[in-house]
Amino acid sequence: MTDSVAVRSAVITTAEVVSQLRSGMTIGIGGWGSRRKPMALVRAICRSPLTDLTVVSYGGPDVGLLIAAGKVRRVVCGFVSLDSIALEPHFRQARQRGEIALTELDEGMFYFGLLAAAHRLPFLPTRAGLGSDVLRVNPELRTVRSPYADGEEFVAVPALELDAALVHMNRADARGNGQYLGPDPYFDDLFCLAAKRAYMSCERVVPTAELLAAGPPQSLLINRSMRCAVIETPNGAHFTSCVPDYERDEVFQSRYAAAASGGPEAWREFAARFLTGTEAEYQAAVAAVVA
Amino acid sequence: MSDATLAEICVVACAEAWRGDGAVLASPIGLVPSLAARLAQLTFAPDLLVTDGEAGLVVPADGGGTVQEGWLPYRAVLSPQVASGRRHVMMGAAQIDRFGNQNISCIGDWARPKAQLLGVRGAPGNTVNHPVSYWVPKHSRRVFVEQVDMVSGLGYDRAAKLGAPGFHELRRVVTNLAVLDFAGPDHSMRLASVHPGVSVSDVAEATGFLLAAPYQVPETRLPTSEELVLIRERLDPERRRDQEFG
Repeated sequence: MTDSVAVRSAVITTAEVVSQLRSGMTIGIGGWGSRRKPMALVRAICRSPLTDLTVVSYGGPDVGLLIAAGKVRRVVCGFVSLDSIALEPHFRQARQRGEIALTELDEGMFYFGLLAAAHRLPFLPTRAGLGSDVLRVNPELRTVRSPYADGEEFVAVPALELDAALVHMNRADARGNGQYLGPDPYFDDLFCLAAKRAYMSCERVVPTAELLAAGPPQSLLINRSMRCAVIETPNGAHFTSCVPDYERDEVFQSRYAAAASGGPEAWREFAARFLTGTEAEYQAAVAAVVA
Repeated sequence: MSDATLAEICVVACAEAWRGDGAVLASPIGLVPSLAARLAQLTFAPDLLVTDGEAGLVVPADGGGTVQEGWLPYRAVLSPQVASGRRHVMMGAAQIDRFGNQNISCIGDWARPKAQLLGVRGAPGNTVNHPVSYWVPKHSRRVFVEQVDMVSGLGYDRAAKLGAPGFHELRRVVTNLAVLDFAGPDHSMRLASVHPGVSVSDVAEATGFLLAAPYQVPETRLPTSEELVLIRERLDPERRRDQEFG
């Protein structure tokens, strides 16, 4: 036994995550489109009294569900898409009804905004956005001139500082280390570094010694300095993809999209069947569809 | 006489966008451009880098299929792949004007759009950093407009105002009717070729601005028999390509 010093556990419950969040917060959500989204945490926020959130995301159904639940004041994004279904119905409708504010950024600007926040820099310079209407619709954006001989002008992307970050990993240990086993880390470590508080849900909490059995050292994306609380949520990215644990549930996603764009009655029906209960009830309702 | 379908002619016309690019990342958005990039890689542009739709870079495998040759997650695409200029993307366009300003964000007033679409995605960064082409499966006056509602990708007029360093370059626009480039006056859009059976006036009729055109407009080249075999037997045996023309 070398483990003589007790390891402080970072594991908490989904209910504790929600209790630590506040209305009006700026919340970053990891993943990309409809891929490896912390959906169990998103569903928990949807059931909570939280409101007036600013959601910062490479947007997918996370954004759509939060909008449908009336939680969102502003979305900060470069897109909102379900990937295999191009457009997110709730996001579309909310925009077309003028119900949410939007900070629309180029995908690369968004990356630099996260990077700036993670580096504790006020901004980072980029060419992305120059000359486009992104500068017209975000009049608060400023440009900056190179102090060197070239004198070139850049967009100064402001840091995307987050009150909280939510990410989903394939595996984590109780200490707060996290591992992705799919093809892409997305920007999840940066979300955590850009946030005052970080929450990492995962498919499975395993002993530290088991992490490297599942993937190589470079799959250990989240380290303890990112101070993530850990929440075990099996199938917690459903219906987004979480490979290699599971692919996107395309059938369920189609059903979600049809309900979301099918008018208030269709959505009420979908929400009553899947979204009003606990996470366990959600998973049971999903399993019942498959069965 | 070729029996090539419109979809197959379009795949080849899109593939031609990457001719001569060398070892750059081809980033096709949509099915026809995706088939096109892989066709180009299999034939006249073997140095192209092509992804598997996720973070894998793939090359053709002997005897069919692909084999992974590299890794390019989104963060490496956004920076530095885009900013280094080693990329040529073919995007869609909900609207495009005569200088190539493109919109995929929303239709109508941005503050409260008539139709919310994808958002600008990477279009602003793509167009100031590396070559960009467009694929429009339904050539119409709704797409080819005098003025786009939300400039996502930059056209030549806006890029010229930025001045140096001038990495902006729009290669071609491929539609179900024609191939267009930006060799018109002041880099305005020009009719480069019409697909078989399409007339110059068909294209003019479906375009909401005055299109430059040479005195004699050539016909878009037909797929070679080798290209047809690759499209039909290797790249798209299920004929998904026919579904992209709404």
